[in-house]
Amino acid sequence: MARSVVITGLGPVSGVGLGMKPTWEAMLAGRSAVSRIDTFDPSGFPCHIGAQMRDFSIRDYVPKSYRKATKVMATDIEYAVAAANLAATDAQLRTAGTDAEAVVKPDYQPTYNPARVGCHIGAGLIAAEINELTQALSEARDEQGNFDMHKWGREGIGHLTPLWLLKYLPNMLACHVTIIHDSQGPSNTITCAEASAMLSIGESLRVIQRGSADMCFCGGAEDKLNPMAFLRQIFTGRLTTTGNDDPAGAVKPFDEKAAGMVVGQGGAIVILESRETFAKRSEAASGDQKPRAYAEVAGFGASQSVHIPRSNQAPDPNGRGIALAIRAAMREASITAEQIDLILPFGSGVPEYDQAEAAALFSIFGNRAKEIPIASTKPIVGNCFAGAGGIDVCIAAQALSEQIIPATINCDSPLSGLNAKSQASRSAKLEYVLTYSAGFGGQNAALILKRFTA
Amino acid sequence: MTTHPPYSPPAPTRTVITGIGWVTPLGHDIETVWHNLLAGKSGIGPTTSFDSSTFPTTFSAQVKDYDYRPYVSVPQAHEGIGANTAFALGAAAQAWRSAGLDKVDALNRERLGLYLGSGEGVLDFEHYVEANLGGWDAEKNAVDTVRWAAVAMKGMTALAEIEQEPNMPLSHLAMEFGAQGPAYNCLTACAASTQAIGEAVQILRRGDADVMIAGGTHTMIHPLGVTGFTRLTALSRHTGDPRHASRPFSADRGGFVMGEGAGIVIIETLEHALKRKANILCEITGYGSSADAYRITDMHPDGRGAAVAMRAALADAGITHHDIDYISAHGTGTKENDSTETNAIKVVFGDQAKDVAISSVKSMLGHLIAAAGAVELITCVLAIRDQIIPPTMNLDTPDPECDLDYVPNAARQAMVDICMSNSFGFGGQNDTLVVRRYEA
Repeated sequence: MARSVVITGLGPVSGVGLGMKPTWEAMLAGRSAVSRIDTFDPSGFPCHIGAQMRDFSIRDYVPKSYRKATKVMATDIEYAVAAANLAATDAQLRTAGTDAEAVVKPDYQPTYNPARVGCHIGAGLIAAEINELTQALSEARDEQGNFDMHKWGREGIGHLTPLWLLKYLPNMLACHVTIIHDSQGPSNTITCAEASAMLSIGESLRVIQRGSADMCFCGGAEDKLNPMAFLRQIFTGRLTTTGNDDPAGAVKPFDEKAAGMVVGQGGAIVILESRETFAKRSEAASGDQKPRAYAEVAGFGASQSVHIPRSNQAPDPNGRGIALAIRAAMREASITAEQIDLILPFGSGVPEYDQAEAAALFSIFGNRAKEIPIASTKPIVGNCFAGAGGIDVCIAAQALSEQIIPATINCDSPLSGLNAKSQASRSAKLEYVLTYSAGFGGQNAALILKRFTA
Repeated sequence: MTTHPPYSPPAPTRTVITGIGWVTPLGHDIETVWHNLLAGKSGIGPTTSFDSSTFPTTFSAQVKDYDYRPYVSVPQAHEGIGANTAFALGAAAQAWRSAGLDKVDALNRERLGLYLGSGEGVLDFEHYVEANLGGWDAEKNAVDTVRWAAVAMKGMTALAEIEQEPNMPLSHLAMEFGAQGPAYNCLTACAASTQAIGEAVQILRRGDADVMIAGGTHTMIHPLGVTGFTRLTALSRHTGDPRHASRPFSADRGGFVMGEGAGIVIIETLEHALKRKANILCEITGYGSSADAYRITDMHPDGRGAAVAMRAALADAGITHHDIDYISAHGTGTKENDSTETNAIKVVFGDQAKDVAISSVKSMLGHLIAAAGAVELITCVLAIRDQIIPPTMNLDTPDPECDLDYVPNAARQAMVDICMSNSFGFGGQNDTLVVRRYEA
């Protein structure tokens, strides 16, 4: 029998807020964070809206001794570092990152054995901060004002800070998290677009199951609200261009009027640990120091969609890859289609993708696909790309813990009669929740969480 | 409270390498590159992919005269791909054929997975700079993003932008070989493809796939890649013949030389390989992974994380350091890496450290960054096949801090049954693999 793994810390960061409390409140109220973008002037692009993080300062989430390092953090890294801090705090872990008195250095001893703590974080292609780089590029123009590579090689590059590259390496999310929390076990960075966070959580699950670690930081984060990354999304043709005047109503997962997605900033880190480790920590703690298990991880599956007019850049209309991942997760959980009580889908609101998901769900659940509640977080937090699956896992875990189905919004007439219609949050008996991510490029990941029982 | 039985892992499924392929600065097929490595040839020369003549470093190890199209079944399906995907397709096609999988009709594609360590795609530098400077507002010291968008949307193309995502090589390989099993791309800097191969083994051991295509692909030989590493002072600024610029373990080493390319292996469960009577090249028996959790720029000076990874790989392989015949070192040629790696080997190997043969093919191929580990693992497979160890070239001046046997300057015939391959990434990611001669 595989080692039992539980989720004991949730650290979501997104446009609806920082940490589980504001996130869950927004999910219950169905309050969307989508609004006009002001991280840059978007009016030159056909889409002007996104789910932007507000009032975020990384300085609030790193110990004083680590503040200097925030200078070499792209926002993607900042989000992961903040999310890890929130998750560790939520899990009642005392580390150099959560302990206000601590100094991040190798001789600090956290409450866990660092060698047994792993870290798996999903990341995207991080875009260089445009003003910083362009300022340097502008120093390398010739007399006509054109870029001059010779001048760049000679003097232009000197205008960039020596550690410039390290702001943009995708593995720096995990790198900073491992340093701050002294996690020295297996660590990885998964870069599979929107599937990244859930694949990373799956990887942590495997690492704990096989005994290579007892606990892991896992999830993902990304920030595509900058001109270059945003343009790449415009180029994929998936962003809504008709929702600019009604941001909160723009993303309509599974609705017949769905017209595209929006970019969200953020992601989430969760703490996964073996049931024994959690039990030991629980016994040793008392009162409000006691950690809490939100849910058990019952099954995980990963797959690749192969449907290729061109580079897997359009989804398989039959959703076979998505179904493969879900079936693999169900096999591991040893459950039947009858036992899933709630689905947190990828549900981006891009019509072809929604249809592919609907096909996958019907192929597995048959007509029961019309009964199981489907609640997409994307109209509320947008598509947070490498961070998307992390947020969904947080919501799935909290839903199981609270026995509440979060609100669904922006869906008046659901595709194929799916149970995805706008609805207020409500209590429900939840035993198993399915969540999955389908990445641009065809990678899929599915996770089944189970209500935690001691 | 329910009692849960203690974790008892099942006897690990054996995993074997049945196919290998690479695209490197020393050639695009297994035997040519291997021959060149044993002869001590260098793939390093002046950088030609962009005008780097005024950069502090003007040389690199580039892939030469390479075209992916002969390797793929439907070239149109891959039109517009970036260099990483192109390298990966060629390496994977070689591996696929060398594994004889092109002759297997009944392969279950749902049990064919992928695990790559591919790097970021190459930026469309010309149009990127055009947009940035076109939008630059010198008074505000900021880019006017409305102007930027206008220029960018005219110059940049959707395909070229989308193809820069690091999961695109993975997607194209899936398309080429119809793989529908578990699919991952990891990007842990210079450790990525070693980690990818190790995690692919774990997927096979768990029974989630029968066959995995694993490895990595990367180039950072482009203006901003070279800029980034130049600013980090990580690159060699050798002034003489560039073929001698990569000098791992030599006292006068001054940084690494950028390389590019891909290495791909086909790994199968032993059961699957035997059933289809595959030619088994090697068995992968050990994988260890750790994080330094120390600094973003430096390795832990004692090689703490590196030693943890090596020990974990030995334990996973069920052997001790006495059993290792050859270590394919990370050996980048930077001051820090080579002395720290040497320390870590001493920590793990103790008194035996001086007896084990160690070499760095980066002395000839340069540093293939995310792809380095996969290429180096393939050299281990070939070392076992041919009972010969590739040299560390340019090791002219012994460094008192690097006082082990690095197989200097000439290949060496030796009994090679079990090899260890190390990769350490910027940011403190450490991965080690152990491969051994296959015995039934």
